[in-house]
Amino acid sequence: MNWLGIFSQLLAVLVALALAPLLTGWIHQWRAWLQNRSGPGLLQPYRALHKLFHKDSVMAEHASPLYRMAPYVIFSCMLLACAIVPTLSTDLPLSPAADAIALVGLFALARVFISLAAMDVGTAFGSLGARREMLVGFLAEPALLMVLFCASMITRSTSLTVMVETLAHRELAIYPSLLLAGVAFTMVSLAENARVPVDNPDTHLELTMIHEALILEYSARHLALLEWAASLKLFAYSCIGLALFFPWGLAEADAPLALLLALPMLVFKLALGGMALALIETVSAKMRIFRVPEFLGTAFLIAVIGLLVNVLLGDA
Amino acid sequence: MIKLVPQFINLCATLILLLSFAMISQRRIVSLINLFMVQGAVLVVASFLLGYVSGLEELYISGALTLALKVIFIPWMLHRVIRRLNVRWDVETLFNVPTTMLVGIGLVIFAFSLALPVSRLSHSVAGGSLGIALACVLLSFMMMITRSKAVPQVIGFLSMENGLIFAATTVTNGMPMIVEFGIALDVLVGVLILGVFMFQIREKFDSLDIHHLETLKED
Repeated sequence: MNWLGIFSQLLAVLVALALAPLLTGWIHQWRAWLQNRSGPGLLQPYRALHKLFHKDSVMAEHASPLYRMAPYVIFSCMLLACAIVPTLSTDLPLSPAADAIALVGLFALARVFISLAAMDVGTAFGSLGARREMLVGFLAEPALLMVLFCASMITRSTSLTVMVETLAHRELAIYPSLLLAGVAFTMVSLAENARVPVDNPDTHLELTMIHEALILEYSARHLALLEWAASLKLFAYSCIGLALFFPWGLAEADAPLALLLALPMLVFKLALGGMALALIETVSAKMRIFRVPEFLGTAFLIAVIGLLVNVLLGDA
Repeated sequence: MIKLVPQFINLCATLILLLSFAMISQRRIVSLINLFMVQGAVLVVASFLLGYVSGLEELYISGALTLALKVIFIPWMLHRVIRRLNVRWDVETLFNVPTTMLVGIGLVIFAFSLALPVSRLSHSVAGGSLGIALACVLLSFMMMITRSKAVPQVIGFLSMENGLIFAATTVTNGMPMIVEFGIALDVLVGVLILGVFMFQIREKFDSLDIHHLETLKED
């Protein structure tokens, strides 16, 4: 570990913290534009966070310490996830602490806490949201693992940084299994980040909401942390996708100056990714909750086919 | 550039497999026909690429034949049939799509393990695709078994033929031309007969559900 590594690690965390709400705002803005609305502006998530941090928090009377603690746990999980995903550089001192499987575990930990906290107060919406979140989660997790394994099998490593480095340095080749993994990953990230075909992040309509139902009881700084964590999660997922499927432009250990170039590159890639996400959300309709298992089952299936194809064609 | 062509063929193989799964999970008949058309188009691309890389002209002819029949004529005819039968937006009830998909994964694993020793013997550039082609054939079989309406069964039959042609093209660089023409003609005649047959079923039973064909006499 050297100073440069620590610097790039810190930079990655700070960039994630700063850019995550912007990415959310960017997607909202594009959704608005695509629907012929003028939109709230790019900085709206920052304004919302600022407002929430300056309000007084209201707690339910019977809330347990777990309820109070959950936003901090979830926020730190997401921040750690952002720290181990190679966003700007593959020279990350924290990265050996957690590989791709542990990353999925981190998301699972956050999911468990948010579901427990939602059930803690004992409102109907909280339990409903928790149940749905678990339904989505237990189907999305294996699919996500399969996607990561697809990339692992090509690069023969489960460490994210090694995977990304190998993928970025290979000679130009077409991997059918990576294509399938990419499709599956898109489906999983739509489900995991509560985006439109699975959940609508803007609605408070009781019959359809998942993510909003979970955080319905929170207010002020706790809500702000949860909203920020949701942005960070979206950011982490986008960065995993970009790092696995478009790994070009990342800085490496022996090229510190590439960090200068990596940031504009990341912003550019995220901007394109955000537009694509907004487009997907605009053209697809929200599906019934009972169709979600089918949707995620398909994602799992595509990822498994990717693995199988890799086994069959891998040496060809 | 020439080095990338086998990889493109593998990509085509993967797309064909993916489209087979999409067809299994598709409930609407119109989308089913469109998926079948796309599968045919990918097959054509694969044939042309193989023809380019192996320098065999027959593969171009076989590709052109597939293009004319599977991508243009048969989908057009099927669209016409379902418009005339008024089943365009029919939503067919399948038994449980996730179960079918899981069985599908099992079939793919079976096909892959079956094809692995065979494809080692092949000298073609895309010999590895045999497993995928075999999997497509099995998946289309399954589609014919699980569907209860006549039109999806016909599409399953045609898609199985896609898988067979793909297997033949990738493993042996195409069958002799006379066999190829024979199959194409067979499929064409088969579809025409099945089209007439579908009208007859419809006339007789007011529905395309082939379960009506199980009893011999009306009680």
